[in-house]
Amino acid sequence: MQSVSKTPSIRTIEKIIDETPTVRTLVISDANLADVLPGQFAMVWIPGVNELPMSVMVVPEKGKAAFTVRKRGVSSTALYDLKVGQQIGVRGPYGNAFDIKDGKIALVGGGTGLVPLMRLAKFAKSTNDVTILMGSKSKDEMFFENTANQILKNHKHKVIACTEDGSYGEKGFVTDILEKLVKTTKFDAIYTCGPEIMMHKVVQLANSKNIFVQASLERMMKCGIGICGSCCMDDVLVCHDGTVFDGKFLANSQEFGHTHRAKSGILENY
Amino acid sequence: MTPDLSVSIGPISLGRPAMLASGILGISLEVFGRIYRNGAGAVVSKSLSKEPWDGYANPTIVGIKGGYLNAVGLSNPGAPYFAKMISSNKDIPIIVSLVGSIEDEFEFMVKQFENCNVTAYELNLSCPHVEKVGLEVGDDPKLVTKIVSRIKSATKVPVIGKVGLGTTNYLDTVKAAIDGGADAITAINTIRAMGIDVETQRPILSHKIGGLSGPAIKPVAVRCVYEIASKYDIPIIGCGGVSSWEDALEFIFAGASAVQVGSAIGDGWIDVFSEINDGVANYMKKKGYSKISEMVGLAKRF
Repeated sequence: MQSVSKTPSIRTIEKIIDETPTVRTLVISDANLADVLPGQFAMVWIPGVNELPMSVMVVPEKGKAAFTVRKRGVSSTALYDLKVGQQIGVRGPYGNAFDIKDGKIALVGGGTGLVPLMRLAKFAKSTNDVTILMGSKSKDEMFFENTANQILKNHKHKVIACTEDGSYGEKGFVTDILEKLVKTTKFDAIYTCGPEIMMHKVVQLANSKNIFVQASLERMMKCGIGICGSCCMDDVLVCHDGTVFDGKFLANSQEFGHTHRAKSGILENY
Repeated sequence: MTPDLSVSIGPISLGRPAMLASGILGISLEVFGRIYRNGAGAVVSKSLSKEPWDGYANPTIVGIKGGYLNAVGLSNPGAPYFAKMISSNKDIPIIVSLVGSIEDEFEFMVKQFENCNVTAYELNLSCPHVEKVGLEVGDDPKLVTKIVSRIKSATKVPVIGKVGLGTTNYLDTVKAAIDGGADAITAINTIRAMGIDVETQRPILSHKIGGLSGPAIKPVAVRCVYEIASKYDIPIIGCGGVSSWEDALEFIFAGASAVQVGSAIGDGWIDVFSEINDGVANYMKKKGYSKISEMVGLAKRF
């Protein structure tokens, strides 16, 4: 049984891995978070700044957990700028997990959305044949390719890197590459995490081919534990009922791929 | 005979005794529907202000021993936006919580809901962590009377005053609301509180001071309901740490006509409503009560 904490526990940053010029992975020791299920998340407190919902990155060493962050807004930049020896607070894990099917599976991700997919790869069944499609704008912003190969070294697998500008791997959006791939390969399940427009396309494509699909969603989160309602989408709470939702549910959603809520709760378009 | 779980809170009639407390899960009509279908008697919205508010930076809600600390900062989409969102509501009993500083703001907000199906307004006279509103209004009994009477003259929809523990004796705030014409009182809100992380020596909430909710405040809330019921003749909604059918009955015996549930959702999710309904119904069967109103205030006879 997982132990779920609702109060932040303070952890010291032990190691920082530069993934790209704008993306870093911060490693901590936390036996509880080390083994969370793929799709689950923690609330990460940057003292004095903010607290953010984050997927927990896989770390090879036992008892370690990590957070992979892209510097973008004030809070993510503050987290990105932390140094080894500085402290963050963590509470969790919260949320549900991907349902890993048998057979040939595809993981489709972009940017830091790859984090839960790396954990999914780690949790893959020994019989799974895993294809990972990872997208980025350019070669400079591509990361986790080696990590994915390392995690899946004992599996039948393939990692397909896609860049929008064609500077590395396949040229185009991961969704375009996936569309080509499903014409020749029969997947038993597809899992996706990343920008919502990308996930929306992946879900539509999988649904149209009758392939089981799940997406891990992101919304404005405050409590992370199903109290404040900030992350509601249709009649679900992304923190409590998700973050992982089935393609069948998402196909009927009025909001998925279209709108998300601002801090005040007002719906805004993507 | 199956016990009747319906309740009357003055002019407000609900099918079941436990409603969703304000501040919890309250920003979408679809979620309201889900909570209502799961057994809530009504849903109370987040407190709405004239303009949208973003609220405070995180951490805004953390769990602690005995409950939760929160300083969300009354984030809400604003009364006009919310009124538009619930304009299609047909069958969900929605109690609209309102927060503001002066009578004019409340009157403006009530006008937004003229064409909505609203069961009642609940005035937030007790949020303990936002300046100039909430508890700071509740601590000014003259202002409370002015606000309540202005709203009463602007609408026929019942008006509830939600009180908390501030610097003024809360019983004076209750009296002020009654003088303004309030139809019912909700007691209590969260209690001003804080938590400090020992390792970093920092207040945990970004706003430093927030409100304490959950099982830790239940005995305080039960005492308040008992005191109000003993002193005034006004229907009361009990709120503060209700997480089981026994808790709901405790408030009813203290003098509450109904209860509200908030923090318990963070522990046992919205199943708590059906658990309360079933537990109360079983108790009534066992003890031979046919209506909840027969049990209101029974502890006062001792």
